[in-house]
Amino acid sequence: MVAGWWILTAFITVWCLFPVASILTTSFKTPGDLSNNQFLPTSWSTMNYEEIITGASRELFLTALWNSIGISVIATFIAVVLATLCAYAIARLNFPGKRVVLTVSLMVSMFPVISLVTPLFNMWRTIGLYDTWLGLIIPYLSLTLPIAIWTLAAFFQQIPWELEQAAQVDGATPLQAFRKVIVPLALPGVFTTAIIAFFIAWNDFVYGMSLTSSEAARTVPAALAFFSGASQFESPTGAISAAAIIVTIPIVILVVLFQRQIVAGLTSGAVKG
Amino acid sequence: MTTESTAQPAASRKKSVRPVKSKRTKAEARLGWWLAGPAFFIMIAVIFYPLMQALWDSLFSYRLTAPDDREFVGLSNYLTILTDSVWWSGFAVTVLITVVTVAVELVLGFALALVMHKAITSTRGFVRTVILVPYGIVTVVSAYAWYYMFSIDSGYMNNWMGWVPGVDSDLNWFAQAGSALTVIMLSEIWKTTPFISLLLLAGLAQVPEELSEAAAVDGATWRQRLWKVILPNMKAAIMVAVLFRALDAFRIFDAVFIMTNGDYGTEVLSLLAYRTSIVRLEIGLGSAVSVLLFLCVALLAFIAVKVFKVDLARGQGGKS
Repeated sequence: MVAGWWILTAFITVWCLFPVASILTTSFKTPGDLSNNQFLPTSWSTMNYEEIITGASRELFLTALWNSIGISVIATFIAVVLATLCAYAIARLNFPGKRVVLTVSLMVSMFPVISLVTPLFNMWRTIGLYDTWLGLIIPYLSLTLPIAIWTLAAFFQQIPWELEQAAQVDGATPLQAFRKVIVPLALPGVFTTAIIAFFIAWNDFVYGMSLTSSEAARTVPAALAFFSGASQFESPTGAISAAAIIVTIPIVILVVLFQRQIVAGLTSGAVKG
Repeated sequence: MTTESTAQPAASRKKSVRPVKSKRTKAEARLGWWLAGPAFFIMIAVIFYPLMQALWDSLFSYRLTAPDDREFVGLSNYLTILTDSVWWSGFAVTVLITVVTVAVELVLGFALALVMHKAITSTRGFVRTVILVPYGIVTVVSAYAWYYMFSIDSGYMNNWMGWVPGVDSDLNWFAQAGSALTVIMLSEIWKTTPFISLLLLAGLAQVPEELSEAAAVDGATWRQRLWKVILPNMKAAIMVAVLFRALDAFRIFDAVFIMTNGDYGTEVLSLLAYRTSIVRLEIGLGSAVSVLLFLCVALLAFIAVKVFKVDLARGQGGKS
């Protein structure tokens, strides 16, 4: 029985990590090795990493990385702050229109992004938001806000809010009770939501492709699609793989560190039926 | 909407009996909107204003290459699209991708969820971490990973398949309709099965353990328990997973763009919309494609919610 589990675990591991390993080995190949149709490079080389960090593709990659980090972090921060307030109201307060808020956020999360791209492309060009950070942060909120609201609302509903009153009965001021009792209980949920929202913003391709035209705001996924290699005749495969590995590292670290919370956050979001 | 109409009489009734309470209800409602309002209005602004703009633009003959020739043409853009075989082949490909990936992901995702649910404690954390990795990977990166594996120039898949007797090891995967679609769907399945399996894991956790055990004591086989006890009890989780993934699969863009750019029978509707507006700058026509795509997704969502009778807002409304 236990042996069976290990075989199953090994199988799942190979299935989940194999494409990543594939990109990893490709990123260490020399140009000669790129076309020999082998999984492993014949000689391991760091030249692809050098090219994107110090070499010819440096500008393209590093500015895109900076844009991606900045835009995703700001969009995540705004979404989490607004969604926390919203989810708190939904979990704690009775107000008319509560279901409307939830329904709208559900509709927004179902929306085909590409349907917004044409009007945003036009509007942003008119008002000067095209190819700017803000021009991506605003549409990213439509991706991150709905899932943040749903995850947080589900999470907040599980918090035993009576504890707050109990603390007040024991002599704490309302603010103290909130800060000392509720905030520590709520923080893991807020944090998980932030990670999930960050994943989503970091992953976007359609907005990044359509609403930028230069290095001013182009994000990593869009930049990867524009990589053309050091010269016209050299395949960019190696450089793209190296860049892909670099942008994957932070995500894998986040997953490894916070897998327990991420699983809890994703599963608590939608399924209560 | 329903909340408003039911809450109103309740509030006024309270008012006549206990005015103090009503004042508190009003204050609570005001606070509720102050807290929920900003998120709500941003979502409305980001979604609905551009949607209205797209609706409006779709009624004009309007291309950015000749912006002064803007002319009202009514529904003729829609007519152009719906009589064009490109739209219908894009529609067929999109539906095919949606049906195949969601079906495969549901089976795979359920198996993975069972593994995560029953996993011996020593490997549970590890398995969860490994399963989350594809979900965290940027879609563009996963698309490149699968592209390079199967690419005839740099990939090793053909090489490896040459070991299997009777397999065509010279197949140029991305120059033929069927094989290109297969790799695209493989990459989608690899990337999003974790999402389904996590939702199903939550569903599994809600199946009362005693029920399954009682059935086992009564002599039910594992298969009987699966069909009679486990699956019926996680219906809601399955429906939500299918609904969200189907809507997501219908909007597929990144993987197709990277691997084939829509060539060789892989042109999906999102790509058609992108190509019409942003590449060819046919804003009027492109807007019409976008609106049609939106209607498809909305219809899909509507049917799903109606057929499955899943009230997604239930259990989220708290005390109401």
